[in-house]
Amino acid sequence: MSEDAAVDRKSIMTPFNICAGIIVIAGLIVTFIRFTQGLGAATNLSEYNPWGIWIGFDLLVGVALAAGGYVTSAAVYLFGMKRFHSAVRPAILTGFLGYLFVVVALHYDLGRPWRLPYPFIFGYGTTSMLFEVGLCVALYLTVLFLEFSTAPMEWLGYKRTRNLVHRLTLVLTIFGVVLSTLHQSSLGALFLIAPSKLHPLWYSPYLPTYFFVSSIIAGLSMVIFEGTLAHRAFHHKMDEAHKAEHNPLTLGFGKAASLVLAGYFSIKVIGIAAGNHWHLLATGYGFWFLVELMGFIALPCLLYAMGVREQNLKLIRFTAAWTVLGIIINRLNVSIIAFNWQLPSSERYFPHWMEFTISIFIVTLIVLAYRFIVTRMPILYEHPEYKDSH
Amino acid sequence: MNNIIYTLHDFLLHTESIVFIIMGISLLSMVGFWLFLTARDEDKNIQ
Repeated sequence: MSEDAAVDRKSIMTPFNICAGIIVIAGLIVTFIRFTQGLGAATNLSEYNPWGIWIGFDLLVGVALAAGGYVTSAAVYLFGMKRFHSAVRPAILTGFLGYLFVVVALHYDLGRPWRLPYPFIFGYGTTSMLFEVGLCVALYLTVLFLEFSTAPMEWLGYKRTRNLVHRLTLVLTIFGVVLSTLHQSSLGALFLIAPSKLHPLWYSPYLPTYFFVSSIIAGLSMVIFEGTLAHRAFHHKMDEAHKAEHNPLTLGFGKAASLVLAGYFSIKVIGIAAGNHWHLLATGYGFWFLVELMGFIALPCLLYAMGVREQNLKLIRFTAAWTVLGIIINRLNVSIIAFNWQLPSSERYFPHWMEFTISIFIVTLIVLAYRFIVTRMPILYEHPEYKDSH
Repeated sequence: MNNIIYTLHDFLLHTESIVFIIMGISLLSMVGFWLFLTARDEDKNIQ
């Protein structure tokens, strides 16, 4: 074996690559089982629990955490915060990959995934909330693809097409905000149909508002969190503008997240008052609700505020990760933990190990795709031929 | 026995009253929170 080949092999066999490789192999095996033997062989889903973690985590959490795309592009292109421009491409990429793999994950959960385009072709179900979510996600994925497509076009040298798509930036941003407003809230509205199944502390007529407002928080926090990880892993890929804008962006988005969290806390408390559910706070579910309300809404609100006041970037970055965890807990509470709460424990849903495997597999694919793109395309730096073209 | 809710009207009167009080407190608190959040921005601008 030549010395170069030995060095190449060594550089490929990193701990991350080995772990990712094992997860991908396990994921492919479970994928084969799922699509050859059906949902029954790979999941613990039932008539009582038709939606498991492939919807609760892969879809609801995936869509919420992909909100960084519309939040950042709206901040920069609609609210004129050009000083955060370097964050747009990484945020759009995260959003695009998030939505793309939401659709991939959805194929696992659907009994007959090849029928996914049916509602758009046959036009049935236009009064259904799920139809609205499906249409919005399909359209927004297209918008994100177009917004992201300028990066691979710059990489591949398609200058004319790139300039044509670049001219559509403002229109695409407006589309993105409108479509996100619609489907982020509609994902919450899906649960309005199940007032007897969802615990009263989580069920509220304001669920669409909760989902939309918390998606803004998720987007802001995810941009800080993802930026922190990118700075550690791909610092050498960043240009000076990206490095210089990172700290002001962390402070600015931290301040915005703090303010939105304060509003979100208020409307959550109003939700309890409107339903007159104060007495339920003294129960087991009430304790868990208070953990979410105080630990993952009020606490990060204060931590963000303290971080912004003290200009403590470490505190803001920690709070961003904490808030992302809070959003994950919230979506799992609504879709799984507080759902079917009245059923006996024997009938309650707990995911099959294959469901966990697929969810980890999907997250790993997102990370691998992100790494593949960021190491090749102008995401964390401006392409020399297109500098100052924004 | 004044606390018993008999009708939908009773229920809405009770809950909406509390909601409006909380909304008032929240709006006033948001002003205070905004001042707390941005209190040191002016110091930074002066420097």
